[in-house]
Amino acid sequence: MGLLSDPSRRKVLTGLLTRLNTPICGMPVEWLVKAMQSRGLEVFTQSFSRKLPFPDENKERYMVRGTNVYGILRAPRAPRTEALVISAPCSPGDSNNQAVGLLLALAQYFRNQVYWAKDIIFLVNEHDLMGTQAWLEAYHHTNITGMEYSPLQGRAGSIQAALSLELSSDVITSLDLILEGLNGQLPNLDLANLFYAFCQKLGVLCTIQGKLQRNDWDTAEGYTHAAQTMMLMVLKQACGRSWGDHGLFLRYHIEAASVRGINSFRHYKTDAATIGRLLEGMVRKLNNLLERLHQSYFFYLLPSLSRFVSIGCYMLAFGLLVVILLLRGVTEAQQVSLPSGPGVLTVLTPVVISHLTGVALYLLPVHLQEMAVEHFPVSETEAVVLTAVAIYTAGLALPHNTQRLLSGEGTEQGWKVLKLTALLYLAVLLGCTALINFSLGFILAVTLVPITASMTPHMPKALSALVMVLLSPAFTVLYCVFIYQELIEAPVSVSEGWMLFLSVISQGILDHALYGSLVYPLLALFIYPCWLMFWNILFWS
Amino acid sequence: KTVCDLNLSSVLMNSNLVHRADSFFLATKMAAPLTLLLIVAVTIRAVLFRSSWAELISERVEVVSPLNAWKRVVEGLALLDLGVSPYSGDVFHETPFMIYLFHFVVDYAEIVFMVSPDLVFCLSRFLTSLKQKYALESDRYPADCLELLRSPKEMFYIPLKVAMFYLLNPFTILSCVAKSTCGLNNAIIALFILCTLKGSALLSGILLALATYQSIYPLTLFAPALLFFLQRLYIPVNLRRSSFWFFTLQYAFIYVGSLVVITGLSFFLLGSWDFIPSVYGFIFSVPDLTPNIGLFWYFFAEMFEHFRLFFICVFQINVFFYTIPLSIKLKEHPVFLIFMQIAIISIFKSYPTVGDVALYMAFLPAWSHLYRFLRNIFLVSCVLLACSALFPVLWHLWIYAGSANSNFYYAITLLFNFGQILLVSDYFYAYLRREHHLTHGLYLKKKDGTEATLVLK
Repeated sequence: MGLLSDPSRRKVLTGLLTRLNTPICGMPVEWLVKAMQSRGLEVFTQSFSRKLPFPDENKERYMVRGTNVYGILRAPRAPRTEALVISAPCSPGDSNNQAVGLLLALAQYFRNQVYWAKDIIFLVNEHDLMGTQAWLEAYHHTNITGMEYSPLQGRAGSIQAALSLELSSDVITSLDLILEGLNGQLPNLDLANLFYAFCQKLGVLCTIQGKLQRNDWDTAEGYTHAAQTMMLMVLKQACGRSWGDHGLFLRYHIEAASVRGINSFRHYKTDAATIGRLLEGMVRKLNNLLERLHQSYFFYLLPSLSRFVSIGCYMLAFGLLVVILLLRGVTEAQQVSLPSGPGVLTVLTPVVISHLTGVALYLLPVHLQEMAVEHFPVSETEAVVLTAVAIYTAGLALPHNTQRLLSGEGTEQGWKVLKLTALLYLAVLLGCTALINFSLGFILAVTLVPITASMTPHMPKALSALVMVLLSPAFTVLYCVFIYQELIEAPVSVSEGWMLFLSVISQGILDHALYGSLVYPLLALFIYPCWLMFWNILFWS
Repeated sequence: KTVCDLNLSSVLMNSNLVHRADSFFLATKMAAPLTLLLIVAVTIRAVLFRSSWAELISERVEVVSPLNAWKRVVEGLALLDLGVSPYSGDVFHETPFMIYLFHFVVDYAEIVFMVSPDLVFCLSRFLTSLKQKYALESDRYPADCLELLRSPKEMFYIPLKVAMFYLLNPFTILSCVAKSTCGLNNAIIALFILCTLKGSALLSGILLALATYQSIYPLTLFAPALLFFLQRLYIPVNLRRSSFWFFTLQYAFIYVGSLVVITGLSFFLLGSWDFIPSVYGFIFSVPDLTPNIGLFWYFFAEMFEHFRLFFICVFQINVFFYTIPLSIKLKEHPVFLIFMQIAIISIFKSYPTVGDVALYMAFLPAWSHLYRFLRNIFLVSCVLLACSALFPVLWHLWIYAGSANSNFYYAITLLFNFGQILLVSDYFYAYLRREHHLTHGLYLKKKDGTEATLVLK
């Protein structure tokens, strides 16, 4: 009995202490430094700190301060121009408690070998992605996210490849390979093939998206299973966040993958020694590389580890969707003759207002959180998310206000020109998005293209307004949340799904502020204004 | 602002228009939208100058080239301050006039870059006064062509549209925020066109010499300027007439003389002839193969050394080659020839940037009456817009993500240049077609009376 027996009070106290920036359990920096030094590595530490734009309720942090510890194993007889990185995120609690031990064991074993041609950096980073971001920014002398960090004292050459380990138990049944990185960037397929081939050689079970592979490709169940795996990859890629620590390496043109050990209910378990052999083999293969991995595909989708869908196949589907928009645009262009001076202004007003709303959606949630917290009984995170939802919904009321500003200039010509502009804008936007993050572009195309290509003011207003809202970007995100939960076999109820949706929005804003993920600015500044332009066309009077 | 108004009023009073008083009245009516436009343009530029985007934009390869990057100007100034020749080290490729100009105004650089576009739109006034000449000659044309001619009311808005097209063009804004000296080169060319249209051969020659001194390609504008003056002075373009040769030699003398004087002055400014290989040798021999929106870099990156000289000659002759056929075809329409020449220079020069593209695009509203004859305008605008959006995406995929390579970026470059060439040739077709209609009537009939179609061969 006492203050800490009540779980909610514990939570409040934890939150209070996190905000006060006194870590209850941090990383054992001195122990790690001693451990690495005793294994013969050159050990350095790096401290970093960052104040998040608003508290992160999933990971319960707001003002983050941490230390990365890394040891460099110098190649004994080679010029020190290239390096490999093996990293293990160190988080408090049980989530990754075996990886550091495995890392140290590997370091000790590697130290006694003479065949290393590249330097090997053993990185233990704190606060998972933030620590990796601070380390990578310091290594490459950039500062793109506004993090404060101390410069690195020791450095190796240019990093050729990286592996990130996540192990929570010392015996595992399978290893899960995680490839999706920041902004949907993927490592070269050769890295995945390498890992899978080596796992097969050693007899270790390797999975992707947490699902085992099936061998019956021609049955319906096999096909469904593969389709589900591929859909999971599409959803994970579309959300633009890095699903493992490796994701941030990809931005610096370093091929990286995350390996997560899964301990499920299966008879045959693999012990840590085999995992060690596996990792040693992987690192030796990467060590023997003469150039960066670039021969295989960078753009692919994996229905399983032994099959892939290359960009040549899937881009065609996307191209056909965008062609719909272009053909529609050509049809509209033939019916429209260029209006004189005032006509252009008629079109310009909805465009400018939509984009201003988009800018408001991008800037205001984070900037107005203090004001919202003063006036409403919500926490900062909730304030940010609910402001975003409120601005999004308020945008729906725009057409009426825009029409008033135009003072009755809405002519038949006017909406056709606006539709032409909006169609071309959407086509270019979706094209650029698909080139960078195909899954995001594809999902947006699938939901936006049908309704926008056929949008006219003469459609039945109530029905088409409903359809338009149901296919808007926010609802697309909601559907993706539900579909994702279904696919990982953890279906949620509507209310849980809604809470998950709100947390997805807050994660999106945080990812953009912390790591430079482009999903939130893309949706707020470009896709949403484009959707608003079509909404304006629907209500053109 | 007041200066421009005075300029406008003085020009209109000096011109040979019939509705002199009416034009003056109309011009003051246009002052309010013009002021609004200026304020908007200056605000956008000021906001961007102060934001974090300015650094990002000044490093984009589409906006700056080795010839006009601000970073290099600063480097050259630093070298000059140290007493070393600014051309040592192959960093600085601006002319000595430019370095001395910035030596004095480097603290006010942003203001200089914001003011220079204003000079371009002052030019637009004179295009108006020029086009109004057509209205007087309406009795020369067949009756059904009157709809092809433009009324003064239509032409009233052209200066505003030209100003809008230049000042609010994203290309110009990017070029200005990046502090690329392309804006200043554009201003010199605009002043040259202004003086040509105003009829002052001396100033025109001097400014053309200055423009040529800055980058060699405006040399091709000598022909249209000459043709304009010959037309204005009613000297027929006949190689056997002595009046033609007399004027040509006069103009050529002014031009070459100014060029010699300017080059000599540059020599005395810096005390050496270093600037000739650094500036003109650089433009001609294209040693720097940083990707840009032009056609040179990819070719020369793949070229064997053995053939390099041959291909340099081929590519450079390509810029100058179109002058003679175009001059022959458009000898009665020198203003359009100036537009075509500027467009050709922007497309085929060795280090183009978006600022060069913005210059010829600013003149498009002056030919808005050709819109009905344009055939590909939708395709061209789509291509240009899509390419402008795809440039940064493919650059990111190539340089940062490593998933693409130079071929992708060059594909977009090729597509962009294709779009520009299509735009220029479309306007050429439309212009010739309108001239044909003006001489032969709008509704063409074949010999048996059925409707005919016009084909460009």
